[in-house]
Amino acid sequence: MSDNLSIVVVEKDRDRALLIIDSLRTSGNHDVFVISEEAGLARRISERNPDIVLMDVASPSRDMLEELTLASSPLERPVAMFVDQSEDGLTKAAIEAGVSAYVVDGLRPERIKPIIDAAIARFHMFQQMRAELEATKKALQERKVIDRAKGILMKARGIEEDEAYALLRKTAMDQGRKVADVAESLVTAAGLLS
Amino acid sequence: MNLHLLRAGFIPLVDAAPLIVAHEIGFAEEEGLALDLRKAPSWSTLRDMVALGQIEAAHMLSPVPVATALGLGGNATRLDALSVLSVNGNVVCVSRALADRMRAGGYAFDFSDPRAAGEALMKAVDGQLRIGVPFPFSMHAELLYYWLGALGVPAPQSLDVRTVPPPLMADAIAAGEVDAFCVGEPWGSIAVENGVGELLLPGSAIWSFAPEKVLAVRHDWAGTQPVLTGKLIRTLWRAGRWLSQPANRATASEILSQPHYLGVTAEILDRALSGHFVISPRGDQRQRDSFVAFHEGAATFPWRSQAQWIAQRLAARTGLDRDMSLAAAHQVFRTDLYRNALSALHVDLPGASEKVEGALDTPREIASASGTLILRPDRFFDGAVFDLSALQR
Repeated sequence: MSDNLSIVVVEKDRDRALLIIDSLRTSGNHDVFVISEEAGLARRISERNPDIVLMDVASPSRDMLEELTLASSPLERPVAMFVDQSEDGLTKAAIEAGVSAYVVDGLRPERIKPIIDAAIARFHMFQQMRAELEATKKALQERKVIDRAKGILMKARGIEEDEAYALLRKTAMDQGRKVADVAESLVTAAGLLS
Repeated sequence: MNLHLLRAGFIPLVDAAPLIVAHEIGFAEEEGLALDLRKAPSWSTLRDMVALGQIEAAHMLSPVPVATALGLGGNATRLDALSVLSVNGNVVCVSRALADRMRAGGYAFDFSDPRAAGEALMKAVDGQLRIGVPFPFSMHAELLYYWLGALGVPAPQSLDVRTVPPPLMADAIAAGEVDAFCVGEPWGSIAVENGVGELLLPGSAIWSFAPEKVLAVRHDWAGTQPVLTGKLIRTLWRAGRWLSQPANRATASEILSQPHYLGVTAEILDRALSGHFVISPRGDQRQRDSFVAFHEGAATFPWRSQAQWIAQRLAARTGLDRDMSLAAAHQVFRTDLYRNALSALHVDLPGASEKVEGALDTPREIASASGTLILRPDRFFDGAVFDLSALQR
């Protein structure tokens, strides 16, 4: 089947790699190969000789793919970053979703588009998950600090919990800072003084 | 006051200092700009961010806009260099095993003589030298190939060159993936601190005035935003001047050390700014004046001849036509926009836009508006000169 493309996905995280493979399968019966080890990346990719390489734009090792844009031997097919000339800004959408795509010279855009579309959808989901996780972590962290600050105030001034929180909030408002930041300063100072 | 927001990207390196200082010390504000600084994970991603309009300006390897003009590399969007952000600032670092072999061969690690260092290095290497560079289009790669090439080592053909992101260089040498690397500070000093590498040479020993990073914007953006372009050039010129004053060094390294910038202790960052290096895990020290320059000697002036030096090196290596490459590179370093922007400040600028690269071995006064501009030495270690007008005759 000539419509099948050979795709290399560079992804360290096994679960993420599996999800990417699943999404790529929806766009055709392609031959997908995952590289999880980033040492000697350019060489490993050259050995597979793929049509398309997909990689997370947030990975510092992405610069290793730049070597592939210079074919080092006549047998090698140089790749270039996929840049679409169409109106819908596929390249931009891909980079914004967090995926970079390198395609072999001469591959027709209409063969690439479904694959990149599938990758974009998947990477969008990763981004949402990451953002959610970070927001949750931060909220938990802030709540912990505020709780500790309240505890310090209750003990030091002999006040109730809601009073302690009101004091933190008032201080934050007076100083134009966030409650969590005021709590953070208090906890730090208390740590130094105890 | 209404500030105009500009998004600017950087890679965590000491030479990102002009952008960071412009924001932190208030030089951007002075020009009516608010800089939204974005730390990028890699050079290719930073280049794509600026090419696709996610950011307006970027701290960029000087060869990248030139390579793009020559049709090399992963992204074809035309980029212009509005000014040079920094001159020099790289180190060559070798693994401890290689350093031991070099010492056994009688080499003394003087941190200054490229000829002795290169000969000792090649003598100590078993088979092909595996060497890391941060990007295929980088001054690091150019300096390495120039240095070893001038010593008779066919470069890069006889080397095993590997692309390694700067923050991962120390790990790559520790894991035995490379024997040596060339990188911008602080990542060489980090390898020394981790006990895995020794500093062999500063980049400035190979070429004493190499344009290292440039302020890159999209060519189209520079064309449609003349006012913002001027503001940006002036902002970074002021930041560079501030950085060049020794009294500001401690403040600069403290600012850069913050986790959202470099996240490396101020003491290590100060080594590049002061030129006072610890070159081995045993604590050997060496001094290198003007290790990195942000201002003096018209450091930020984007000489067209610098872009053309890069272009002819790239062309020779990739088999492109030399004259076509020189022509393509001629418009990349925007000396014209730089002059326009700084005319408002009455800054003394060189009269010419090109120079013979490598001709100066001592500081020299040159023709400028008021005749007081002193250029720094720009010598190549082997004494060669790059004279564009001689090439075109």
